Amino acid sequence: MAAVSLSAVSKKFGPNTVVDKVDLAIEAGEFVVILGPSGCGKSTLLRMIAGLEATSDGEIQIGDVVVNDLEPRARGCAMVFQNYALYPHMTVAENIGYALKVAGLPKADRIARIQSVAQMLGLGEFLDRKPMQLSGGQRQRVAMGRAMIREPKVFLYDEPLSNLDARLRVAMRAEIRRLHQRLGTTSLFVTHDQVEAMTLADRIVVMNQGRIEQIGTPDEIYRRPASAYVASFIGSPGLNLLRVNVSTNDGHIKFGDGQLLAYDRKIWKNLQDGPVTFGFRAEEARLASDGRGLSIRFSFSEELGSSRLIYGAVADEEAVLMIDHDEKFSADETAALSIPNSAMQFFSAETGRRIS
Amino acid sequence: MEKRATFSNASIGVLFVAPQILLVFTFFYWPTGAALFWAFTLERPWGGGNEWVGLDNFRQVFADRAYWASITRSLVFAGATTFLAMGFGLLLAVACDRGLKFYQGFRTVFVWPYAVVAPAAALAFRFIFAPDAGIFSALVKSNPEFWNPAQNGYHAMVMVIVCYSWKYAAYCFIFFLAALQAIPRSVIEASAMDGAGVLRRVRDIQLPLITPTFFFLLVISITDSFQDSFSIVDVMTDGGPAKATEFMVYKIYFDGFRGLDYSGAAAQSIVLMFLMIVLTFFQFRFIERRIHYS
Repeated sequence: MAAVSLSAVSKKFGPNTVVDKVDLAIEAGEFVVILGPSGCGKSTLLRMIAGLEATSDGEIQIGDVVVNDLEPRARGCAMVFQNYALYPHMTVAENIGYALKVAGLPKADRIARIQSVAQMLGLGEFLDRKPMQLSGGQRQRVAMGRAMIREPKVFLYDEPLSNLDARLRVAMRAEIRRLHQRLGTTSLFVTHDQVEAMTLADRIVVMNQGRIEQIGTPDEIYRRPASAYVASFIGSPGLNLLRVNVSTNDGHIKFGDGQLLAYDRKIWKNLQDGPVTFGFRAEEARLASDGRGLSIRFSFSEELGSSRLIYGAVADEEAVLMIDHDEKFSADETAALSIPNSAMQFFSAETGRRIS
Repeated sequence: MEKRATFSNASIGVLFVAPQILLVFTFFYWPTGAALFWAFTLERPWGGGNEWVGLDNFRQVFADRAYWASITRSLVFAGATTFLAMGFGLLLAVACDRGLKFYQGFRTVFVWPYAVVAPAAALAFRFIFAPDAGIFSALVKSNPEFWNPAQNGYHAMVMVIVCYSWKYAAYCFIFFLAALQAIPRSVIEASAMDGAGVLRRVRDIQLPLITPTFFFLLVISITDSFQDSFSIVDVMTDGGPAKATEFMVYKIYFDGFRGLDYSGAAAQSIVLMFLMIVLTFFQFRFIERRIHYS
C-alpha cells in the first residue's frame, strides 16, 4: 500500500499535448477510477505511472519515492491490461508465477504462492492450461492473479473489463471490488464506462482532453458535477442540457422557443443575465398532472424494466425523461414537465463550469 | 460448409492451372527426370545413345574420397552460415524491434544485402578480402601468412562463409523482425512490469514466441546453403584453393560442365536431392515437435 501523487504531469507526443499538467493525490489504500472518453489521455496517464511511458513534464511519486526515472519493475506497480496480455506460451501457473521467477524465488515458495493466488481467484483447476484454452473471464482472472502475486504497492487497471460480455463484466466488477476490500491495495482503474466508475470508485477522476475536469466521490460527481461536460458524461442517461437565457429581474429562464420557467432567486443568487446552460436529471423531473410547466414533445421510449426512458424535445433540443410504468405516455404528444428548484443545475455558457 | 469457387466447365480449370503446370514441368520434373536417366546410364564416348549401367555411377561417386570431402565441406558450410546468418539476423532484429535510436534508417539498410545479387556481393567481398588491398592488407604486409585465401584453404572457407552469411543475415533479419513485431506490445510491457529486463524478456518471451519463424528459417537456411552457395564460390574461389571450397553443388557443376561427366554429375545431384530431403525430414520430425504455433 502506498500513496500516489502526481504534480503537473504532462505528456506530449510531438506537437500534441495528450496529458496536460495533471495534479492528483491518491491516498494509500484508495480505489480511484479515472473516467473519460477515448483519447482523453487517461490510459497515457496510467502508463506514465506504470513507467511504460516517459513523462514530458512534472513529477510522479509512489510512496515517498519520485519514480520518474525508475524502470517499471522498480516502481512496485502491477498492471492489468485491457487485452490481458498473457504469455501465450506459458501455462496459467507459469503466467501467474513469472514475476516471482524473475525475482529469483525458490521453486517451492513460488508454487505455494501461485496456489494461494489461484485459490483466491478460483483458478485452481486451470493451472496447467495455456491461455488459449481459457475463456475470456478466466483469462481476466489469470491477468489479475499475475498482478496480485507480486503484492504490489499499487494496482493499475487499464480498462480490464471492456473485452468481456455484459454479464461477466458485472461479475468481475464485483470481484475486483471484493479483492480491493480484502487486500486494501491502492488501486487506479481506467475506464470509459461511467457505470463501472460509479460502482467501483472511492473517488472518480473525470478527464477530458488531457485535463482533469473534476475529482470527487461518485455521489459528489453525480449530484454536483463541476462542469456541463461531467454532467453529460455521468449518469445513465446523462444530464439533460438546454441552452436558455436568464432574466434575473423576472426570476425566470427563457428557452429557445420563448417558453419561460421560473426559478427561485434566493437559491440561485449567482445567476446573471444572459445565456447559460440549464440542466436537469431525467429522473428528477416529473410530468405535471395539471398540465402546467415546461412543455415537452415526446418522440420515442426505451424500456429499462424497472422504469422507462422517454426521449423528447424541449424547444427543439433533445431531452430525456425517466418515468414509472404506471405513467402514461404516447408518441408525438405534448406534455408539461415540472422541475423543482432542487433539481435545477446551471453551467456557464462560455466555460461550461458549474454556477452554484 | 466451406465455400469454394467452382467451375462448371472443367476445361476452364485446366486452362487456369496450365501455365503453372507447364513451368513446374519444364523446370523441375523434366530436369529431374533427365538427371535420373543420366544417373543410371552412361553416354557412349563418341555419341550414339546411352547405355544402362545400373548403380555404377553411384558406386563410383561414393567410392570417390573427394566426393565425401565435398559433403563434409557442404555440411560445415551449411552449419556455419546458418548459425551466423540467423544469429546476426536475430541480433539486428531484436535491436530494431527495441526501437533504439535511428532504427528506421538501420532497418532499411539491414535489408539491402538481400537485394544484392550473390555474384555482385561475392565480387565486392573479393575486393574486401583481397590480401594486398583489402581490410587485412596492413597486417598482411608485416606477415604474409596472416591472410591469403588464394593459397590457404581455411582462409578461403572463412571468406566464402562470411560473404554468404552477410547476404543471408538480411533475409533472416526481415523474417525475425516481422515475427517480433507481431508479438503484441502489451505482452512485452506485461513482462517489463513483471520485472524482466531486456535480455530476460528476449529469452523468456520473445524467443519462445518466434519459434515458428525460427524453425522456418532453419529449414530454409540449411536447404538454401546447399544450393545458393554456387555463384559465390564461382566468383570468389572457383572451388579452390586445392578444392578447399568445393561444395556439393560446385562439384556437380565442375564434374558435369568442366569435366563433361554428365552421368557422374547427375548421380551427385540425385544424392544431393536425397540429402536435402533427409535433412528437412529430420528437422520436421525432431525439431518441429518442440515448437508451439499460437
